[in-house]
Amino acid sequence: MKITKIEALANIANDIRMGVIEQVYLAQSGHPGGSLSCSDILAVLYFNQMNIDPKKPYAPERDRFVLSKGHCSSALYATLARKGYFDKEDLKGFRKVESNLQGHPEMNKIPGVDMTTGSLGQGLSAAVGMALGSKMDSAGCRVYCLVGDGEIEEGQIWEAAMSASKNKLDNLCVIVDHNGLQIDGKVEDVAGLIDIKEKFESFGFYTLEIDGNDIEEIIHAFDTAKNKKGMPTAIIANTIKGKGVSFMENKAEWHGKAPNQEQYEEAINELKLQHIVG
Amino acid sequence: MIATRQSYGEALVELGRKNKEIVVLDADLSTATKTNMFAKEFPDRFIDVGIAEQNLMGMAAGLATYGKIPYVSTFAVFAAGRGYDQIRNSICYPKLNVKICATHSGVTVGEDGATHQMLEDLSLMRTLPNMTVISPSDDIQTKWVINEISKIQGPIYVRLARIPTFKIYDENQKFEIGKMVQLGNGTDATIFATGVMVSESLKAQEQLAQEGINIRVVDVHTIKPIDKEMIIKCAKETKKIITIEDHNIIGGLGSAICEVLSEEYPTKVIRMGMKDRFGKSGKGEQLLKYFKMDSEAIVEKVKN
Repeated sequence: MKITKIEALANIANDIRMGVIEQVYLAQSGHPGGSLSCSDILAVLYFNQMNIDPKKPYAPERDRFVLSKGHCSSALYATLARKGYFDKEDLKGFRKVESNLQGHPEMNKIPGVDMTTGSLGQGLSAAVGMALGSKMDSAGCRVYCLVGDGEIEEGQIWEAAMSASKNKLDNLCVIVDHNGLQIDGKVEDVAGLIDIKEKFESFGFYTLEIDGNDIEEIIHAFDTAKNKKGMPTAIIANTIKGKGVSFMENKAEWHGKAPNQEQYEEAINELKLQHIVG
Repeated sequence: MIATRQSYGEALVELGRKNKEIVVLDADLSTATKTNMFAKEFPDRFIDVGIAEQNLMGMAAGLATYGKIPYVSTFAVFAAGRGYDQIRNSICYPKLNVKICATHSGVTVGEDGATHQMLEDLSLMRTLPNMTVISPSDDIQTKWVINEISKIQGPIYVRLARIPTFKIYDENQKFEIGKMVQLGNGTDATIFATGVMVSESLKAQEQLAQEGINIRVVDVHTIKPIDKEMIIKCAKETKKIITIEDHNIIGGLGSAICEVLSEEYPTKVIRMGMKDRFGKSGKGEQLLKYFKMDSEAIVEKVKN
Protein backbone atom coordinates (compact mmCIF):
# COMPACT_ATOMS: atom_id res chain seq x y z
CA MET A 1 0.00 0.00 0.00
CA LYS A 2 1.26 3.41 -0.95
CA ILE A 3 1.70 5.88 1.90
CA THR A 4 -0.02 9.28 1.79
CA LYS A 5 1.68 12.63 1.23
CA ILE A 6 1.21 13.42 4.91
CA GLU A 7 2.75 10.11 5.95
CA ALA A 8 5.69 10.67 3.63
CA LEU A 9 6.34 14.05 5.28
CA ALA A 10 6.01 12.45 8.71
CA ASN A 11 8.69 9.97 7.65
CA ILE A 12 10.95 12.81 6.55
CA ALA A 13 10.45 14.48 9.94
CA ASN A 14 11.35 11.16 11.51
CA ASP A 15 14.52 10.98 9.39
CA ILE A 16 15.40 14.49 10.56
CA ARG A 17 14.95 13.37 14.16
CA MET A 18 17.24 10.40 13.62
CA GLY A 19 19.76 12.79 12.07
CA VAL A 20 19.55 15.00 15.15
CA ILE A 21 20.16 12.12 17.55
CA GLU A 22 23.00 10.78 15.43
CA GLN A 23 24.77 14.15 15.21
CA VAL A 24 24.39 15.03 18.86
CA TYR A 25 25.48 11.55 19.94
CA LEU A 26 28.58 11.55 17.72
CA ALA A 27 29.54 15.08 18.76
CA GLN A 28 28.65 14.34 22.38
CA SER A 29 27.27 17.86 22.43
CA GLY A 30 24.42 19.82 20.92
CA HIS A 31 20.77 20.59 21.54
CA PRO A 32 18.42 17.64 20.99
CA GLY A 33 15.30 18.93 22.81
CA GLY A 34 14.48 21.95 20.66
CA SER A 35 15.74 20.24 17.50
CA LEU A 36 13.28 17.40 17.95
CA SER A 37 10.42 19.79 18.68
CA CYS A 38 10.83 21.63 15.35
CA SER A 39 11.56 18.67 13.04
CA ASP A 40 8.00 18.46 11.66
CA ILE A 41 8.02 22.17 10.84
CA LEU A 42 11.32 21.83 8.98
CA ALA A 43 10.09 18.79 7.07
CA VAL A 44 7.01 20.67 5.84
CA LEU A 45 8.97 23.80 4.95
CA TYR A 46 11.72 22.10 2.95
CA PHE A 47 9.71 19.26 1.42
CA ASN A 48 6.31 20.83 0.90
CA GLN A 49 6.33 24.61 1.07
CA MET A 50 9.46 26.45 0.10
CA ASN A 51 10.45 27.43 -3.42
CA ILE A 52 14.01 26.13 -3.30
CA ASP A 53 16.44 24.06 -5.33
CA PRO A 54 19.35 22.39 -3.53
CA LYS A 55 21.33 22.62 -6.78
CA LYS A 56 20.96 26.41 -6.72
CA PRO A 57 21.37 27.35 -3.06
CA TYR A 58 22.12 30.99 -3.87
CA ALA A 59 19.41 31.60 -6.48
CA PRO A 60 18.15 35.16 -5.87
CA GLU A 61 14.52 34.18 -6.42
CA ARG A 62 14.52 31.40 -3.81
CA ASP A 63 12.49 31.44 -0.62
CA ARG A 64 14.59 31.91 2.50
CA PHE A 65 14.65 30.25 5.89
CA VAL A 66 16.25 31.72 8.99
CA LEU A 67 16.78 29.44 11.95
CA SER A 68 16.78 32.19 14.54
CA LYS A 69 17.02 29.55 17.28
CA GLY A 70 20.42 28.68 15.86
CA HIS A 71 21.27 26.18 18.58
CA CYS A 72 18.89 23.76 16.87
CA SER A 73 21.35 23.53 13.99
CA SER A 74 21.38 19.73 14.05
CA ALA A 75 17.75 19.72 12.87
CA LEU A 76 18.54 22.18 10.07
CA TYR A 77 21.62 20.23 8.99
CA ALA A 78 19.71 16.95 8.94
CA THR A 79 17.02 18.65 6.84
CA LEU A 80 19.48 20.18 4.37
CA ALA A 81 21.37 16.89 3.98
CA ARG A 82 18.08 15.01 3.47
CA LYS A 83 17.11 17.59 0.83
CA GLY A 84 20.42 17.15 -0.97
CA TYR A 85 22.29 20.37 -0.19
CA PHE A 86 25.26 18.32 0.98
CA ASP A 87 26.28 14.73 1.66
CA LYS A 88 24.60 13.00 4.61
CA GLU A 89 28.03 11.69 5.61
CA ASP A 90 28.97 15.30 6.47
CA LEU A 91 26.56 15.16 9.40
CA LYS A 92 29.12 13.01 11.21
CA GLY A 93 31.37 16.06 11.45
CA PHE A 94 28.80 18.11 13.37
CA ARG A 95 30.55 20.38 15.91
CA LYS A 96 33.95 18.91 15.09
CA VAL A 97 37.04 20.96 14.32
CA GLU A 98 37.55 19.67 10.77
CA SER A 99 33.89 20.19 9.80
CA ASN A 100 31.93 23.12 8.41
CA LEU A 101 28.92 22.13 10.48
CA GLN A 102 29.45 24.61 13.28
CA GLY A 103 27.60 24.42 16.57
CA HIS A 104 25.47 27.26 15.27
CA PRO A 105 24.82 27.71 11.54
CA GLU A 106 27.25 29.78 9.46
CA MET A 107 25.90 30.84 6.07
CA ASN A 108 29.24 31.10 4.29
CA LYS A 109 30.29 27.59 5.22
CA ILE A 110 27.14 25.59 4.50
CA PRO A 111 25.09 25.67 1.28
CA GLY A 112 21.42 26.11 2.12
CA VAL A 113 21.98 28.12 5.27
CA ASP A 114 20.49 31.54 4.50
CA MET A 115 21.63 33.36 7.63
CA THR A 116 24.25 32.98 10.30
CA THR A 117 22.54 32.71 13.67
CA GLY A 118 23.25 31.70 17.23
CA SER A 119 22.96 34.77 19.40
CA LEU A 120 19.26 34.55 20.19
CA GLY A 121 16.85 37.22 19.05
CA GLN A 122 18.79 38.27 15.97
CA GLY A 123 17.44 36.06 13.21
CA LEU A 124 14.05 37.72 12.94
CA SER A 125 15.60 41.09 12.15
CA ALA A 126 17.60 39.49 9.35
CA ALA A 127 14.45 37.78 8.05
CA VAL A 128 12.66 41.14 8.09
CA GLY A 129 15.55 42.62 6.08
CA MET A 130 15.34 39.78 3.54
CA ALA A 131 11.57 40.09 3.21
CA LEU A 132 11.90 43.84 2.77
CA GLY A 133 14.62 43.40 0.15
CA SER A 134 12.34 41.11 -1.81
CA LYS A 135 9.48 43.61 -1.53
CA MET A 136 11.72 46.43 -2.78
CA ASP A 137 12.54 44.40 -5.87
CA SER A 138 9.03 42.91 -6.24
CA ALA A 139 10.81 39.56 -6.34
CA GLY A 140 8.06 37.52 -4.69
CA CYS A 141 10.30 35.58 -2.29
CA ARG A 142 8.81 34.27 0.92
CA VAL A 143 10.88 34.35 4.07
CA TYR A 144 10.36 31.93 6.94
CA CYS A 145 11.85 32.47 10.37
CA LEU A 146 11.77 29.92 13.16
CA VAL A 147 12.13 31.36 16.65
CA GLY A 148 12.12 29.61 19.98
CA ASP A 149 9.59 30.52 22.66
CA GLY A 150 12.39 31.20 25.13
CA GLU A 151 14.10 33.23 22.43
CA ILE A 152 11.24 35.72 22.16
CA GLU A 153 12.16 36.95 25.62
CA GLU A 154 14.84 38.91 23.72
CA GLY A 155 13.75 42.52 23.15
CA GLN A 156 15.10 42.57 19.61
CA ILE A 157 12.38 40.15 18.52
CA TRP A 158 9.77 42.79 19.26
CA GLU A 159 11.77 45.51 17.58
CA ALA A 160 11.82 43.31 14.49
CA ALA A 161 8.13 42.46 14.87
CA MET A 162 7.29 46.17 14.76
CA SER A 163 9.29 46.64 11.58
CA ALA A 164 7.66 43.59 9.98
CA SER A 165 4.16 44.92 10.43
CA LYS A 166 5.06 48.55 9.72
CA ASN A 167 6.42 47.42 6.35
CA LYS A 168 3.41 45.16 5.72
CA LEU A 169 5.65 42.16 5.07
CA ASP A 170 3.05 39.60 4.02
CA ASN A 171 5.91 37.57 2.53
CA LEU A 172 7.24 36.96 6.05
CA CYS A 173 6.14 34.05 8.19
CA VAL A 174 7.40 33.67 11.75
CA ILE A 175 7.00 30.29 13.41
CA VAL A 176 7.27 30.17 17.19
CA ASP A 177 8.43 26.74 18.31
CA HIS A 178 6.39 26.85 21.49
CA ASN A 179 7.66 23.84 23.38
CA GLY A 180 7.24 25.66 26.68
CA LEU A 181 10.69 24.97 28.06
CA GLN A 182 13.99 26.80 28.25
CA ILE A 183 17.23 25.94 30.02
CA ASP A 184 16.13 27.08 33.47
CA GLY A 185 12.61 25.65 33.29
CA LYS A 186 9.18 26.61 31.96
CA VAL A 187 8.99 29.81 29.89
CA GLU A 188 6.11 31.10 32.07
CA ASP A 189 8.17 30.60 35.22
CA VAL A 190 11.56 31.80 34.01
CA ALA A 191 10.51 35.05 32.36
CA GLY A 192 6.75 35.24 32.80
CA LEU A 193 6.22 34.62 29.09
CA ILE A 194 2.47 34.21 28.43
CA ASP A 195 -0.08 35.02 25.71
CA ILE A 196 2.35 34.67 22.81
CA LYS A 197 -0.42 34.77 20.21
CA GLU A 198 -1.89 37.96 21.66
CA LYS A 199 1.56 39.54 21.78
CA PHE A 200 2.15 38.98 18.06
CA GLU A 201 -1.41 40.07 17.29
CA SER A 202 -0.91 43.34 19.09
CA PHE A 203 2.31 43.85 17.10
CA GLY A 204 0.28 43.72 13.90
CA PHE A 205 0.67 40.08 12.90
CA TYR A 206 -1.93 37.74 11.52
CA THR A 207 -1.66 34.83 13.93
CA LEU A 208 -2.46 31.15 13.86
CA GLU A 209 -2.12 28.63 16.65
CA ILE A 210 -1.52 25.01 15.72
CA ASP A 211 -0.20 21.69 16.90
CA GLY A 212 3.35 22.13 15.66
CA ASN A 213 3.98 18.40 15.60
CA ASP A 214 1.00 17.70 13.34
CA ILE A 215 2.03 17.68 9.67
CA GLU A 216 -1.47 18.42 8.34
CA GLU A 217 -1.95 21.39 10.63
CA ILE A 218 1.47 22.78 9.72
CA ILE A 219 0.74 22.55 5.99
CA HIS A 220 -2.62 24.19 6.44
CA ALA A 221 -1.09 27.03 8.47
CA PHE A 222 1.59 27.78 5.87
CA ASP A 223 -1.01 27.68 3.07
CA THR A 224 -3.20 30.09 5.00
CA ALA A 225 -0.25 32.42 5.68
CA LYS A 226 0.57 32.56 1.96
CA ASN A 227 -2.86 33.93 1.20
CA LYS A 228 -2.86 36.59 3.89
CA LYS A 229 -2.17 39.97 2.33
CA GLY A 230 -0.94 43.20 3.89
CA MET A 231 0.52 41.81 7.11
CA PRO A 232 3.09 39.29 8.31
CA THR A 233 1.99 35.99 9.83
CA ALA A 234 3.05 34.43 13.11
CA ILE A 235 2.31 30.76 13.60
CA ILE A 236 2.33 29.74 17.24
CA ALA A 237 3.32 26.10 16.92
CA ASN A 238 2.63 24.23 20.13
CA THR A 239 5.22 21.49 20.22
CA ILE A 240 6.74 18.96 22.53
CA LYS A 241 10.36 19.49 23.45
CA GLY A 242 12.22 16.27 22.71
CA LYS A 243 9.31 15.03 20.52
CA GLY A 244 9.66 11.46 19.29
CA VAL A 245 12.08 10.23 21.93
CA SER A 246 9.96 9.42 24.98
CA PHE A 247 12.63 9.84 27.62
CA MET A 248 13.52 13.28 26.25
CA GLU A 249 9.96 14.56 25.89
CA ASN A 250 9.03 17.60 27.97
CA LYS A 251 12.29 17.56 29.88
CA ALA A 252 14.25 20.84 30.04
CA GLU A 253 17.39 18.89 30.92
CA TRP A 254 17.52 17.59 27.31
CA HIS A 255 17.84 21.14 26.00
CA GLY A 256 21.57 20.86 25.60
CA LYS A 257 22.71 17.39 26.54
CA ALA A 258 24.00 14.49 24.47
CA PRO A 259 22.75 10.92 24.97
CA ASN A 260 25.15 8.19 26.06
CA GLN A 261 25.47 5.03 23.97
CA GLU A 262 22.60 3.22 25.66
CA GLN A 263 20.32 6.24 25.40
CA TYR A 264 21.36 6.74 21.80
CA GLU A 265 20.41 3.21 20.86
CA GLU A 266 17.13 3.46 22.70
CA ALA A 267 16.29 6.75 20.96
CA ILE A 268 17.14 5.46 17.48
CA ASN A 269 15.17 2.26 18.02
CA GLU A 270 12.16 4.23 19.17
CA LEU A 271 12.35 6.52 16.15
CA LYS A 272 12.73 3.58 13.76
CA LEU A 273 9.46 2.18 15.08
CA GLN A 274 7.74 5.45 14.21
CA HIS A 275 8.61 5.07 10.52
CA ILE A 276 5.41 4.51 8.55
CA VAL A 277 5.50 1.71 5.99
CA GLY A 278 2.96 1.32 3.24
CA MET B 1 33.93 74.67 8.21
CA ILE B 2 31.78 71.57 7.79
CA ALA B 3 30.98 68.57 9.97
CA THR B 4 31.78 65.14 8.54
CA ARG B 5 28.17 64.06 9.22
CA GLN B 6 27.04 66.79 6.81
CA SER B 7 29.53 65.62 4.17
CA TYR B 8 28.19 62.10 4.73
CA GLY B 9 24.59 63.18 4.12
CA GLU B 10 25.57 64.90 0.90
CA ALA B 11 27.72 62.01 -0.31
CA LEU B 12 24.92 59.51 0.31
CA VAL B 13 22.56 61.36 -2.01
CA GLU B 14 25.20 61.38 -4.75
CA LEU B 15 25.85 57.69 -4.24
CA GLY B 16 22.13 56.93 -4.22
CA ARG B 17 21.82 58.49 -7.65
CA LYS B 18 24.62 56.32 -9.02
CA ASN B 19 23.79 52.99 -7.40
CA LYS B 20 20.24 51.78 -6.96
CA GLU B 21 21.23 48.94 -4.64
CA ILE B 22 22.14 51.46 -1.93
CA VAL B 23 19.58 51.47 0.89
CA VAL B 24 19.81 53.62 4.00
CA LEU B 25 18.62 52.71 7.47
CA ASP B 26 18.33 54.99 10.46
CA ALA B 27 16.96 54.77 13.99
CA ASP B 28 14.96 57.96 14.47
CA LEU B 29 17.93 60.28 14.14
CA SER B 30 17.89 61.05 10.45
CA THR B 31 17.83 64.82 10.94
CA ALA B 32 20.98 64.60 13.09
CA THR B 33 22.84 61.92 11.14
CA LYS B 34 21.87 63.73 7.90
CA THR B 35 20.42 60.63 6.26
CA ASN B 36 17.24 62.72 5.91
CA MET B 37 18.74 64.13 2.72
CA PHE B 38 18.79 60.63 1.20
CA ALA B 39 15.32 59.92 2.62
CA LYS B 40 13.92 62.97 0.88
CA GLU B 41 15.23 61.98 -2.53
CA PHE B 42 14.83 58.21 -2.23
CA PRO B 43 11.92 57.53 0.16
CA ASP B 44 11.55 53.96 -1.17
CA ARG B 45 15.14 53.12 -0.29
CA PHE B 46 15.12 54.67 3.16
CA ILE B 47 14.06 52.68 6.21
CA ASP B 48 13.52 54.27 9.59
CA VAL B 49 13.29 51.45 12.12
CA GLY B 50 12.52 53.74 15.03
CA ILE B 51 14.46 53.70 18.28
CA ALA B 52 15.61 50.12 17.89
CA GLU B 53 19.32 49.83 17.15
CA GLN B 54 19.56 46.07 17.53
CA ASN B 55 16.94 45.61 14.86
CA LEU B 56 18.63 48.34 12.82
CA MET B 57 21.78 46.23 12.53
CA GLY B 58 19.90 42.96 12.04
CA MET B 59 17.70 44.28 9.25
CA ALA B 60 20.74 45.70 7.51
CA ALA B 61 22.31 42.24 7.69
CA GLY B 62 19.20 40.70 6.13
CA LEU B 63 19.12 43.29 3.35
CA ALA B 64 22.81 42.61 2.68
CA THR B 65 22.17 38.87 2.31
CA TYR B 66 19.60 39.85 -0.27
CA GLY B 67 22.18 41.81 -2.27
CA LYS B 68 21.39 45.33 -1.14
CA ILE B 69 24.15 47.66 0.08
CA PRO B 70 22.86 49.04 3.37
CA TYR B 71 24.31 52.20 4.88
CA VAL B 72 23.27 52.28 8.50
CA SER B 73 23.30 55.36 10.66
CA THR B 74 22.69 56.39 14.22
CA PHE B 75 24.85 57.98 16.89
CA ALA B 76 28.11 56.12 17.48
CA VAL B 77 27.19 55.31 21.06
CA PHE B 78 24.06 53.46 19.91
CA ALA B 79 25.61 51.91 16.81
CA ALA B 80 28.73 50.41 18.32
CA GLY B 81 27.36 50.15 21.85
CA ARG B 82 23.70 49.20 21.68
CA GLY B 83 24.17 47.20 18.49
CA TYR B 84 27.48 45.55 19.33
CA ASP B 85 26.38 41.93 19.50
CA GLN B 86 24.31 42.36 16.33
CA ILE B 87 27.31 43.84 14.54
CA ARG B 88 29.46 41.01 15.83
CA ASN B 89 27.23 38.02 15.14
CA SER B 90 24.88 39.13 12.36
CA ILE B 91 27.28 41.32 10.35
CA CYS B 92 30.97 40.66 11.00
CA TYR B 93 30.97 36.90 11.49
CA PRO B 94 29.08 36.25 8.22
CA LYS B 95 31.09 39.10 6.62
CA LEU B 96 28.01 40.86 5.31
CA ASN B 97 28.17 43.95 3.17
CA VAL B 98 26.91 46.47 5.70
CA LYS B 99 28.30 50.00 5.99
CA ILE B 100 27.83 51.37 9.49
CA CYS B 101 28.22 55.14 9.36
CA ALA B 102 28.04 56.31 12.93
CA THR B 103 27.80 60.02 13.66
CA HIS B 104 28.22 61.95 16.93
CA SER B 105 31.40 60.20 18.00
CA GLY B 106 33.63 61.40 20.82
CA VAL B 107 33.49 64.08 23.42
CA THR B 108 32.98 66.73 20.73
CA VAL B 109 29.30 65.70 20.68
CA GLY B 110 29.19 68.38 23.34
CA GLU B 111 26.17 69.39 25.37
CA ASP B 112 24.44 65.99 25.43
CA GLY B 113 27.12 64.80 27.82
CA ALA B 114 28.68 61.49 28.75
CA THR B 115 25.79 59.16 27.83
CA HIS B 116 25.98 60.34 24.23
CA GLN B 117 29.74 60.75 23.82
CA MET B 118 31.05 57.53 22.34
CA LEU B 119 34.67 57.01 23.40
CA GLU B 120 35.03 53.27 22.92
CA ASP B 121 33.80 52.59 19.39
CA LEU B 122 37.19 52.44 17.69
CA SER B 123 38.22 49.91 20.29
CA LEU B 124 35.07 47.80 19.98
CA MET B 125 34.95 47.85 16.18
CA ARG B 126 38.68 47.36 15.69
CA THR B 127 38.69 44.12 17.62
CA LEU B 128 36.07 42.50 15.38
CA PRO B 129 37.42 40.14 12.68
CA ASN B 130 36.39 41.10 9.11
CA MET B 131 35.73 44.71 10.11
CA THR B 132 37.34 47.71 8.43
CA VAL B 133 37.40 50.85 10.58
CA ILE B 134 37.54 54.31 9.06
CA SER B 135 37.60 57.68 10.75
CA PRO B 136 37.73 60.52 8.20
CA SER B 137 38.97 63.98 9.01
CA ASP B 138 37.32 66.42 6.64
CA ASP B 139 34.69 67.04 4.02
CA ILE B 140 36.56 65.91 0.91
CA GLN B 141 37.91 62.80 2.60
CA THR B 142 34.50 61.83 4.01
CA LYS B 143 32.85 62.14 0.62
CA TRP B 144 35.57 60.00 -0.91
CA VAL B 145 35.19 57.37 1.84
CA ILE B 146 31.41 57.11 1.50
CA ASN B 147 31.72 56.50 -2.21
CA GLU B 148 34.76 54.23 -2.00
CA ILE B 149 33.32 51.82 0.57
CA SER B 150 30.36 51.06 -1.68
CA LYS B 151 32.84 49.25 -3.94
CA ILE B 152 34.31 47.12 -1.14
CA GLN B 153 32.55 43.90 -0.15
CA GLY B 154 32.27 43.41 3.61
CA PRO B 155 31.48 45.20 6.85
CA ILE B 156 32.84 48.69 7.40
CA TYR B 157 32.52 51.07 10.33
CA VAL B 158 32.85 54.77 9.55
CA ARG B 159 33.22 57.15 12.47
CA LEU B 160 31.76 60.61 11.86
CA ALA B 161 31.65 63.75 13.95
CA ARG B 162 29.09 66.31 14.95
CA ILE B 163 31.24 69.42 15.13
CA PRO B 164 32.33 71.31 12.02
CA THR B 165 36.03 71.17 11.20
CA PHE B 166 38.31 72.84 8.66
CA LYS B 167 38.53 71.65 5.13
CA ILE B 168 41.95 70.02 4.93
CA TYR B 169 42.09 68.63 1.42
CA ASP B 170 41.24 69.90 -2.02
CA GLU B 171 39.22 68.02 -4.60
CA ASN B 172 42.27 66.50 -6.26
CA GLN B 173 43.67 64.76 -3.19
CA LYS B 174 44.07 61.01 -3.67
CA PHE B 175 43.32 58.63 -0.84
CA GLU B 176 43.56 54.90 -0.38
CA ILE B 177 41.87 52.77 2.29
CA GLY B 178 44.59 51.62 4.68
CA LYS B 179 47.08 54.31 3.67
CA MET B 180 47.67 57.19 6.06
CA VAL B 181 48.22 60.71 4.74
CA GLN B 182 51.39 62.49 5.83
CA LEU B 183 50.93 66.25 6.20
CA GLY B 184 54.27 68.03 6.45
CA ASN B 185 57.82 66.73 6.66
CA GLY B 186 58.91 67.95 10.09
CA THR B 187 61.19 65.67 12.06
CA ASP B 188 60.79 67.11 15.56
CA ALA B 189 57.70 65.03 16.15
CA THR B 190 54.96 63.01 14.47
CA ILE B 191 51.36 63.49 15.52
CA PHE B 192 49.23 60.56 14.48
CA ALA B 193 45.72 61.98 14.54
CA THR B 194 42.30 60.75 13.46
CA GLY B 195 38.91 62.32 12.76
CA VAL B 196 38.34 65.76 14.23
CA MET B 197 41.76 65.69 15.88
CA VAL B 198 43.50 66.09 12.53
CA SER B 199 42.47 69.72 12.21
CA GLU B 200 43.46 70.39 15.85
CA SER B 201 46.85 68.83 15.11
CA LEU B 202 47.28 71.00 12.02
CA LYS B 203 46.59 74.08 14.13
CA ALA B 204 49.30 72.92 16.53
CA GLN B 205 51.65 72.29 13.61
CA GLU B 206 51.21 75.90 12.49
CA GLN B 207 51.75 77.32 15.96
CA LEU B 208 54.86 75.23 16.50
CA ALA B 209 56.30 76.20 13.12
CA GLN B 210 56.23 79.83 14.24
CA GLU B 211 58.47 78.82 17.10
CA GLY B 212 60.81 76.92 14.82
CA ILE B 213 59.57 73.48 15.78
CA ASN B 214 58.75 71.39 12.75
CA ILE B 215 56.38 68.49 13.11
CA ARG B 216 54.46 66.30 10.76
CA VAL B 217 50.83 65.36 11.16
CA VAL B 218 49.72 61.97 9.94
CA ASP B 219 46.02 61.66 9.15
CA VAL B 220 45.02 58.15 10.16
CA HIS B 221 41.73 57.86 8.30
CA THR B 222 41.90 54.07 8.33
CA ILE B 223 42.30 52.65 11.81
CA LYS B 224 42.01 49.09 10.54
CA PRO B 225 43.81 47.82 8.58
CA ILE B 226 46.57 49.98 10.02
CA ASP B 227 49.32 51.38 7.81
CA LYS B 228 52.37 49.76 9.41
CA GLU B 229 54.85 51.18 6.93
CA MET B 230 53.96 54.77 7.66
CA ILE B 231 54.11 54.21 11.41
CA ILE B 232 57.57 52.65 11.26
CA LYS B 233 58.82 55.28 8.81
CA CYS B 234 57.74 58.12 11.10
CA ALA B 235 59.18 56.42 14.17
CA LYS B 236 62.50 56.24 12.35
CA GLU B 237 62.42 59.76 10.95
CA THR B 238 61.08 61.82 13.86
CA LYS B 239 62.16 62.46 17.42
CA LYS B 240 58.83 62.05 19.12
CA ILE B 241 55.66 60.07 18.51
CA ILE B 242 52.33 61.38 19.77
CA THR B 243 48.88 59.98 19.07
CA ILE B 244 45.67 61.93 19.52
CA GLU B 245 42.07 60.83 19.23
CA ASP B 246 38.66 61.96 20.41
CA HIS B 247 38.33 58.54 22.06
CA ASN B 248 39.54 56.70 25.11
CA ILE B 249 43.32 56.30 24.96
CA ILE B 250 42.65 52.60 25.59
CA GLY B 251 41.91 50.49 22.55
CA GLY B 252 41.74 53.08 19.79
CA LEU B 253 44.28 54.86 17.61
CA GLY B 254 46.96 55.12 20.32
CA SER B 255 46.76 51.43 21.02
CA ALA B 256 46.85 50.55 17.33
CA ILE B 257 50.04 52.56 16.85
CA CYS B 258 51.62 51.04 19.98
CA GLU B 259 50.79 47.53 18.81
CA VAL B 260 52.73 48.08 15.61
CA LEU B 261 55.69 49.84 17.18
CA SER B 262 56.09 47.44 20.09
CA GLU B 263 56.46 44.56 17.63
CA GLU B 264 58.23 46.22 14.74
CA TYR B 265 60.26 49.16 16.03
CA PRO B 266 60.03 49.74 19.78
CA THR B 267 59.54 53.45 20.34
CA LYS B 268 58.11 55.56 23.14
CA VAL B 269 54.57 56.69 22.29
CA ILE B 270 52.65 59.48 24.01
CA ARG B 271 48.93 58.83 23.81
CA MET B 272 46.62 61.83 23.94
CA GLY B 273 42.85 61.56 24.15
CA MET B 274 40.31 60.75 26.82
CA LYS B 275 42.19 59.25 29.73
CA ASP B 276 39.95 56.33 30.58
CA ARG B 277 37.08 58.45 31.77
CA PHE B 278 33.62 59.53 30.67
CA GLY B 279 32.99 62.92 29.14
CA LYS B 280 30.74 65.75 30.32
CA SER B 281 28.44 68.44 28.99
CA GLY B 282 29.77 71.60 27.41
CA LYS B 283 30.57 72.93 23.98
CA GLY B 284 32.71 70.65 21.83
CA GLU B 285 35.62 73.10 21.61
CA GLN B 286 35.45 73.82 25.34
CA LEU B 287 35.59 70.13 26.07
CA LEU B 288 38.67 69.63 23.91
CA LYS B 289 40.36 72.31 25.99
CA TYR B 290 38.99 70.93 29.27
CA PHE B 291 40.25 67.42 28.53
CA LYS B 292 43.56 68.71 27.16
CA MET B 293 42.96 67.56 23.61
CA ASP B 294 43.05 70.91 21.81
CA SER B 295 45.86 72.38 19.72
CA GLU B 296 47.35 74.09 22.77
CA ALA B 297 47.61 70.80 24.61
CA ILE B 298 49.28 69.25 21.57
CA VAL B 299 51.79 72.13 21.38
CA GLU B 300 52.52 71.60 25.05
CA LYS B 301 53.12 67.87 24.60
CA VAL B 302 55.44 68.38 21.65
CA LYS B 303 57.53 70.90 23.56
CA ASN B 304 57.85 68.92 26.81
